Amino acid sequence: MTERNFPIGGPVLEVKNISLSFGGVKAITDTSFNVLEHEIRAIIGPNGAGKSSMLNCINGIYKPQVGSVTYKGEEVQKVTPNIMAQKGISRTFQNLALFKRMSVLDNILVGRKLHTTSNFMEVALQLPKAKREEKVNRDRCEEIVEFLEIDDIKNTPVGKLPYGLQKKVELGRALATDANLILLDEPMAGMNVEEKREMCRFILKVNDEIGTTMVLIEHDMGVVMDISDRVVVLDYGKVIGDGTPDEVRSNQRVIDAYLGVEH
Amino acid sequence: MKPIFMTYTRGDLINLAILLIVGVVVIPMTVSSGYWYTSILIPWLCLALATIGQQIIMGYTGQLALGAAGFMAAGAFACFNLILRVPGIPFVAALLISGLIAAAFGILFGLPSLRVRGIYLMVATLASQFFIIWMIDKFGWFKNYDSSGIITAQDIVIMGKPFTSPVEMYLVIVAVVTPMTLIAMNMARGSTGRNWMSVRDMDIAAESMGVSLLKTKLQAFAISSFYCGVAGALFAFTYLKSLEPVAFDIKLSFKVLFMVILGGLGTINGAFIGAAFILLFPVLLNYIGNNVFHGAIDATIISAIEQVVFGVLMIIFMIYEPLGMAKLWETIKIKIAGLFSKK
Repeated sequence: MTERNFPIGGPVLEVKNISLSFGGVKAITDTSFNVLEHEIRAIIGPNGAGKSSMLNCINGIYKPQVGSVTYKGEEVQKVTPNIMAQKGISRTFQNLALFKRMSVLDNILVGRKLHTTSNFMEVALQLPKAKREEKVNRDRCEEIVEFLEIDDIKNTPVGKLPYGLQKKVELGRALATDANLILLDEPMAGMNVEEKREMCRFILKVNDEIGTTMVLIEHDMGVVMDISDRVVVLDYGKVIGDGTPDEVRSNQRVIDAYLGVEH
Repeated sequence: MKPIFMTYTRGDLINLAILLIVGVVVIPMTVSSGYWYTSILIPWLCLALATIGQQIIMGYTGQLALGAAGFMAAGAFACFNLILRVPGIPFVAALLISGLIAAAFGILFGLPSLRVRGIYLMVATLASQFFIIWMIDKFGWFKNYDSSGIITAQDIVIMGKPFTSPVEMYLVIVAVVTPMTLIAMNMARGSTGRNWMSVRDMDIAAESMGVSLLKTKLQAFAISSFYCGVAGALFAFTYLKSLEPVAFDIKLSFKVLFMVILGGLGTINGAFIGAAFILLFPVLLNYIGNNVFHGAIDATIISAIEQVVFGVLMIIFMIYEPLGMAKLWETIKIKIAGLFSKK
């Protein structure tokens, strides 16, 4: 990665001292890390380390008891999914959260919500503004469909698609928001090698062509080490390693967490 | 099937033209018996409109609301009072304002949807059904202090011309229902409908895409009860020709709910199919009872059979075809098209 269209910039997202607990169970304890502009940042860690909880805190689905999220140098006062979407953070979900009865294209079109300003009256009466906007949004979504190579299934209800394709649709929906930062929660879980390779290609291509910053959770170490610029390792809700893939790989605490250590 | 106008294909537009010609030209020219208008066409279109309303909240937005008849009553009595108390108000204006008043009730009774869902929401929305009827019964003002309990609806007068014969009233209804159906389709196929459906299918993801749950749910409740309100006013003024709160009891709410389920959740044309089936099936049963069995079967048994068949159909559709008769109709159309293309 010598020449990048979008060279890595300063910190765009900073997570400071986040602590989250559910009743007596501590999911995350005093965790801080940052994400640089245009980078691909991976969050790894054993099961139950708090990775998904971390993403849910950034995007406002969970409300951490302590800590702050700073986006583009500004501390976000009230972190809710809606506000974060408006700020330009989109996401995918670990266990797929697609609109099952809607077609692939309609799913992706929902991602254009924040680029739609016509209200229901304008849509109901098909006023020129609503029509124009719909056309622009549809064209953009057709581009995404073509980019993800899911053109042939664009009118199929998402619920009828196999898992791998659904994951692609979810990426497509996140892309349609034109977000600056996309949180990917295990985008390659349950995929075979071929599908994983394809997904990696898309992630790298988006990052390279549009400059979207990516934060991804992944279990496959090969994939993580290949595509990410920096990795943060969580274990029992705490950061135990943070750095480039090579640094993390040689970090003794990370090795212990993954391989187990003699007590 | 490339859309030529928005998301409408050439086939959709041809269908619309055919339906309009049949509805506005062929039917008034060929059907002369008042029975067809007063007992079938008029209630069918009125209830189909209410079913579209229920469809929007239940089929599209996924909120299990049960209180369509309450909003219909709100619309009907609002229309009665507007015509009674506002001198010279045009009928169409009264109809639209009635819809808006029903929509206000819709927003009010839609508020619980922000907290509860599913069967609990159904119970919460039942409040609208009982509250609105109670309010109309309790305060004499709504019924213009009429003691008999049944008030005669005023005549429909548009631009000085009274529309009182069955055909005329039918045409008024067509003139209201057609644009409202098109508007509902525009919303359902456009960004508004996508917002509704995203809330229905996965609310947390919808929120993460920037869809506001609060706004979308209340908007759907408002639009849904607007449709119910207008439908209720039309129902009272053209079909019942009277206003009595009892006509808008919970049974009517259930009827509209069944129309949605049998017609197909999340389809606009399903509203018309479902309404037609529920209205026509008892007529058909009666016809069979009278003409095939020559009255040998008691009328009470026939109405019992009706209930049994509805119940069974409801279960069958819920299990095997949640998308209802509209989906069935699509499948049949595709099969027929397949037969022809093979030859």
